[in-house]
Amino acid sequence: MTDIAQPSHTGAPAMPKKRSHLQNLAANKSLWRGITAIAVFLVIWEIGARWDEWFGKEWMIPGIGLIPPPSDVFEAWLKVLPKPGYWNSWYQSLTRVLSGFLSAMIIGIPFGLALAVNKYFRDIFFPPFEILRPIPPLAWVPASLIFWPTNEMSIAFVTFLGAFFTIVINVVGGARTIDVRYLRAAQSMGASQWDLFSKIILPGTLPSIFTGAAVGMGITWEVVLAAEMISGGGTQGGGGLGFFIWNSYMGGSLEQIVVGMISIGIAGYLCSSAIRMLGDWFMPWRRLF
Amino acid sequence: MAQDTLNHVKETTASKAGQSKVEFRHVSKAYGDEWDLEPVIENLSVDVLPGELTVIVGPSGCGKSTIVNLIAGFEKPDSGKILLDDSLVTGPARDRMVVFQESALIPWQTTYQNIVFGPKLRGDLKGNALRAEAERLLVKVGLSEFKNKYPLQLSGGMQRRAELARALINNPRIMIMDEPFRGLDAMSRGLMQEFFLRLFEENRRTNLFVTSEIDEAIFLADRIVVLSNRPAQVREVIEVNLPRPRDYKMLSSPEAYEIKREAMAILHEEAMKSFKSGAGADFAETYGKAGN
Repeated sequence: MTDIAQPSHTGAPAMPKKRSHLQNLAANKSLWRGITAIAVFLVIWEIGARWDEWFGKEWMIPGIGLIPPPSDVFEAWLKVLPKPGYWNSWYQSLTRVLSGFLSAMIIGIPFGLALAVNKYFRDIFFPPFEILRPIPPLAWVPASLIFWPTNEMSIAFVTFLGAFFTIVINVVGGARTIDVRYLRAAQSMGASQWDLFSKIILPGTLPSIFTGAAVGMGITWEVVLAAEMISGGGTQGGGGLGFFIWNSYMGGSLEQIVVGMISIGIAGYLCSSAIRMLGDWFMPWRRLF
Repeated sequence: MAQDTLNHVKETTASKAGQSKVEFRHVSKAYGDEWDLEPVIENLSVDVLPGELTVIVGPSGCGKSTIVNLIAGFEKPDSGKILLDDSLVTGPARDRMVVFQESALIPWQTTYQNIVFGPKLRGDLKGNALRAEAERLLVKVGLSEFKNKYPLQLSGGMQRRAELARALINNPRIMIMDEPFRGLDAMSRGLMQEFFLRLFEENRRTNLFVTSEIDEAIFLADRIVVLSNRPAQVREVIEVNLPRPRDYKMLSSPEAYEIKREAMAILHEEAMKSFKSGAGADFAETYGKAGN
């Protein structure tokens, strides 16, 4: 009997040998590919942007020839790095993104779960939700500037909207597509309604919550930047990376515009990495080794 | 104290296993709304006898899974009665455990967590007693080394064995297997059938096994209930008197062959009926013409 019970093929590959963290990093091929790709991209950009300097104006490559080369951008970056104004822009945009994003999560997850599990709640709240959902967050900007007493509040509100709808729709979708067999198995074993919710529906929705969070985070950045540009940062010291770019545009500093853009890229990357890491940590069962 | 609980559980396992029966009394079930009602089961009466391994076979889409859902209490019959040991089935409970098609292990729980899920929910088996019982079952299904793996990290056969253990720890009166080995490759499937048979022959816990594979049915069954095309009714009940313990060689014995011939004839007839009435109608027509 035991020979039958022995696994015929195992799902668990052999563990790799223990290596130090640095050795792991150095042996990480994906990492090296990524670094190489970015380096190649920078080199092509540099060459493209300097082409007209080297071969004369008539050889200027359309588009890329008008953009400052990365070396100039880097120089401009070094100049703004010590300035508190630059870091203040980071701080302000990040605070707005996080506050909008977190409030969208805090309100959106329970709201989405309620929509998914309760028919009455869904009948009442889903229709208005579905009518408001297709309105792009930026279409809310003028209305919220009028509605909310301060600029800051209207930006926060629009940011919240950007993430809210995405998170809710993902939570609803995730909770409603949970395999009915998990619920049935749990019911057979004596699960209460609360058990079903906390042990099946909630963990079963986690992947969708993180998908929604990742997408929502991206939208939040888009919205914050646009809202900052439109509201102009303005009187209350507004600022933010969106305003930083707008300001650079007004001041005619091409290099600084690109600095602002890359700063946003880095900020967005850091935010999505944080969400990915949280997701891995919260959902160990999704790792296949 | 904990040891007492364990002994108690073992006692009830020993005394109750193999003594429970399920009866379907004129059960009907239809799906759809009142304008478009599709009867799946009509006036079905069938018994799952105590200590027997009853296998239900039938053409695909004939309502086998509905029968499983009705016994398990996931669905309610439109009319008729389903009795477990003479008491009416009203909803899902731990006395009827289902092993589902493919695998229904909970993905965010490790093998061990999946196995202890039921007792932990109810709190009827705790601490050392629970750990000991879980370990015993892990050994039985050969997954001790994999108890901290998640289902996605297990092979198909291992997942099925984990699911068997998860059902068994609840000490059900009847085990319901809904095409449990579907989706496994032929080799794993054969091994799982043998493994499952040893498990059943150990204490002959009343078992209802649903399959669409006639070989699997003959290999496992004490009785084969052949269902008709939808709406499902009993077409034939075939006693399988092959001696136990069985091994796969018995499948090539003359007795097994005879049973297979009988069952195949009925199944083919029913399958053709569903083919002609269903989505395959066009094909059946062409197929018929080509034969002329």
